[in-house]
Amino acid sequence: MKIPKELKYSKDHEWVRLEGTKAYIGITDYAQHALGNIVFVELPENGAEMKAGDVIGVVESVKAASDVYSPVSGTVVDINEELTDAPERINEDAYESWITVVELTDKSELNGLLDAEAYEKLCAEEE
Amino acid sequence: MKRTPLYEAHCKLGGKIIDFGGWELPVQYSGILEEHEHVRSAAGLFDVSHMGEIEVKGSDAKKFIQKLITNDISKMVEGQIMYSPMCYPDGGVVDDLLVYKYNEEHYFIVVNASNSDKDYQWMKDNSEGRMEIKNLSSEYAQLAIQGPKAEFILQKLTDVSLSDIKFYYFKPEVKVNGINSIVSRSGYTGEDGFEIYTSPAEATGLWDKLLEAGKDEGLVPVGLGARDTLRFEAALPLYGHELSQDINPLEAGLNKFVKLNKEDFIGKEALLKQSKTGLTRSLVGFEMIDRGIPRAEYEIFDGSRKIGFVTTGSFSPSLKTNIGLALVESKYIEEGTEFEVMVRNKPLKAKVIKIPFYGKRYKK
Repeated sequence: MKIPKELKYSKDHEWVRLEGTKAYIGITDYAQHALGNIVFVELPENGAEMKAGDVIGVVESVKAASDVYSPVSGTVVDINEELTDAPERINEDAYESWITVVELTDKSELNGLLDAEAYEKLCAEEE
Repeated sequence: MKRTPLYEAHCKLGGKIIDFGGWELPVQYSGILEEHEHVRSAAGLFDVSHMGEIEVKGSDAKKFIQKLITNDISKMVEGQIMYSPMCYPDGGVVDDLLVYKYNEEHYFIVVNASNSDKDYQWMKDNSEGRMEIKNLSSEYAQLAIQGPKAEFILQKLTDVSLSDIKFYYFKPEVKVNGINSIVSRSGYTGEDGFEIYTSPAEATGLWDKLLEAGKDEGLVPVGLGARDTLRFEAALPLYGHELSQDINPLEAGLNKFVKLNKEDFIGKEALLKQSKTGLTRSLVGFEMIDRGIPRAEYEIFDGSRKIGFVTTGSFSPSLKTNIGLALVESKYIEEGTEFEVMVRNKPLKAKVIKIPFYGKRYKK
């Protein structure tokens, strides 16, 4: 299970990569593996206002639909449209395949997220 | 939770075990899409040991089964298999099943795992005349090998010429991997293939041998996830979805398996009446126009009016589009008709298309 050290993680298996004031958001390797073949991704609208914990998108596998929650508050400023035609990219590389970018309104929220070590513990507990 | 004789084999192969109606079975091994694709292009091996098997024997066995099911077994020959719904007096479905005819006084009935106890009780409650019903489910393990390479692979493990077993026929005593088994040319994928009923104690040996024999031909183990996408593409009904106590076989489009001119059977009167007055709702196939995946129980609308619901829906691995089966009011069944499927509270446009979605490739 890949858990890059430089990223932050949510309890719902999303990852965050900070670039300045922008948060790149995706789902983790653990999540893609649990889902199986991903066949559909629903992206948010550009400009959508998010509070941490809001549903920011949906990832669907063959058997089920899974909500993606925004780990941070802010405005959606970019969406990965490549996932519309190639949702399987998330299975291929969960950390390359960001889903959306949120312009942060409160950088301190990142302190409430898990670091790689804590996330690894969480995954072990869920097994 | 129940386990088939092949549970350890599934774990060894990395099968993702889930609870399937009280049975611990793998939903997938390498992945649903890959497994599905292998069955269509080469071959796949399924553990279907959870299915139920009921034996009916006696001089009144034939008469009894005729009364029990909607299809007509009167002209069946020895070694033949027939598919049929089995109905309640109101026409609703108890189960859909396969009747294997050994001879005029001996039948082997294969039923859905989820209905196995219910069917056996139903048969006992409705039995009459000189006949005996035995629940043989625990005496059989069942494997299915399906796909264009299925015959070639299975042939390596038996001296019986498999090309002699025609579609929907069986041979009762075939030595497969040295073990006496029932082998039928049947399946639930829309592809050519065989189902093997064998001794539970020898099931793992057969499973391993088949995987080895088929390794170079592209044979892979296949889980319940792909089993569902395969049968769905071929528009084969699944009890609890396209058929149920509340969905009768005429509504499900199975009229060719309902012989209304047969002598009396349970449900005949109700079904005859429906057929005369016309169906109020019917099963259709549809394809999504808007982006989204339809799933079972999603509601279907014409504007603000609910007109039906999805019975099975999914991304189709072979057609690479999002499709579904739905029970809708009869006036919406024509090809090209558009309606809306409620996906997560959003009405998404869809249109009626022909079924089966994937043309069956049986060796008839």
